[in-house]
Amino acid sequence: MASTGTKGRSTDVGFRLGTGAFALVLILIVAAIGFELVRQSLPSIQKFGFNFWRTQTWDPVAGDFGALPFIWGTLYSSVLALIIATPIALGIAIFISELCPGWMQGPLVFLTELLAAIPSIVYGLWGIFVLVPAVRQFEVGAPAWLRQIPLFSGPPLGVGMLSAALILAIMVVPFTSSVAREVLKSVPRVQREGAYALGATRFEAIRAALFFCRTGIIGAVMLGFGRALGETMAVTMVIGNSPKISASLFAPQYTMAAVIANEFTEAADELYLSALVEIALVLFVITLIVNSLSRLLIWTMARPTKRLPSAAVVAAAESAA
Amino acid sequence: MSPNSALDVGGTKWRKLMSSVFVGFCALSVVIALVPLALVLFFVLSQGVRSLSVDFFLHMPKPVGEPGGGMANAIVGTLLVTGLGSLMAIPIGIVSGVYMSEYAGTRFSAVVRFAADTLNGVPSIAIGVFAYGVAVLPFKQFSALAGGFALGIMMIPIIARTTEELLLLVPGTMREGALALGATRARAVFTVVVPSALPGIVTGVVLALARIAGETAPLLFTSFSNRFFTTSLMQPIATLTVQVFTYAISPYADWHRQAWAGALVLVSIVLLCSLAARLVTRRIERMYGR
Repeated sequence: MASTGTKGRSTDVGFRLGTGAFALVLILIVAAIGFELVRQSLPSIQKFGFNFWRTQTWDPVAGDFGALPFIWGTLYSSVLALIIATPIALGIAIFISELCPGWMQGPLVFLTELLAAIPSIVYGLWGIFVLVPAVRQFEVGAPAWLRQIPLFSGPPLGVGMLSAALILAIMVVPFTSSVAREVLKSVPRVQREGAYALGATRFEAIRAALFFCRTGIIGAVMLGFGRALGETMAVTMVIGNSPKISASLFAPQYTMAAVIANEFTEAADELYLSALVEIALVLFVITLIVNSLSRLLIWTMARPTKRLPSAAVVAAAESAA
Repeated sequence: MSPNSALDVGGTKWRKLMSSVFVGFCALSVVIALVPLALVLFFVLSQGVRSLSVDFFLHMPKPVGEPGGGMANAIVGTLLVTGLGSLMAIPIGIVSGVYMSEYAGTRFSAVVRFAADTLNGVPSIAIGVFAYGVAVLPFKQFSALAGGFALGIMMIPIIARTTEELLLLVPGTMREGALALGATRARAVFTVVVPSALPGIVTGVVLALARIAGETAPLLFTSFSNRFFTTSLMQPIATLTVQVFTYAISPYADWHRQAWAGALVLVSIVLLCSLAARLVTRRIERMYGR
């Protein structure tokens, strides 16, 4: 008996180590990505140092690289997308989890998730042939006084920041809304029932629920931001790919992901390639930070809800006794 | 402020109005989000059907100017590259998912889970750059193998996390029953727990495949593209997504038509996979009464 027991235990240890080794692969991959990106961007880091991120010249022929326009384009397009997508995504999450009849929930979840499942390249194709012409129409039709404002200046090309922000917003909505839905689900039912019992309207009850889970909601928005930062193909196809910093929504611009996608295979010399890898490295680090922060916020949200009902149960039990 | 101010008729009306406006906005945002979905599907379907034919699946791309031709090489390429990715990702993903669910409380599994979520959030273009450095530069050759490697890396976290979640759904009593009968942990997991979660795990793999088949960015400089038919693992190879990209940004109307046809094939794959996955998931959830 005792011998089989020990044998069983030792195979258990073997099982744990064996499966753990596979799990370790996941950690190693993340580390390897970071290591490899740093290793390959060393020539560029050594040559340009911090100037790489401060200067605006992108001249592969002269071997002069400044990445500021790409950072600007990435941040600008992602923030714009977030401004458009966040209210819509939260509206959807609230509608699905709080307002709509039960039979609608499943299909609506499926449809919004479909929005996330459509490949980026298909959004890009649609962007080129449907969205961009529509945006061009809008830009041509914009009244002259509007075009005076720097935000709307420049030739009406169609391709540019506005198209990129719109397509990014479409792509970000499903991510933010599905996380926001999960977060809302974690708000204890008692909380809403209490609000209704006090005579709150639907809006007031939901506002209270949103306030209760605000950290999680911020996490959901940040997760969408992380997606927008790294999105490549669709943006590459509609943003116009011009490395010039501009505040205008109508101006063609460039993003970090897009410049890598477009120029990586053309990068003939080591320094050029290294400069592109450095952009990838920074993109990797930024998304890592944004995603980790958002996970952290979503996780801290999940904790108090687990305690709250049990605390209520304990209190009820105590008062009964 | 009297405590009765909330009952003030005008105030109540206003609050009710606010509430209706809010409910209206939420319903409207669903419509706003579904409009682009409908538009994308409509254009892909209408433009794609017009350009899709049997030739598309069976023929090679024709040179510019010659109408017709298809993407036979790219379809084979996509199958090959996603197949290679699965070969790499399925074992690693499932076993690490098993680890995360079996040792859910440990610190190491929390780190693994964090790594999986991190990997899931890494921009696909950065994974392409990584794969270029690891699988293209050393061989001085774009290859199907490098493309599969890049896609495999993207699949691993998806499979790992779905496996973990689905294994946690399996009632603890089943595992305890196996252990009580004298099974070792490995035996309990691989003959009882995993099989009962198997449909779900397959679903996770299918979903991962659907997502990966539509990826372009990690393939641009790993499997690259190829005008010719090849099944060689060490050659650059055409894929549907990269081909759609090349054709979409070209100036030729005939290539644009081909791009729409390619998009239709991609969207069909994704749609079918998602639909199948959803049906299976629903059955599982009903099985475990969630």
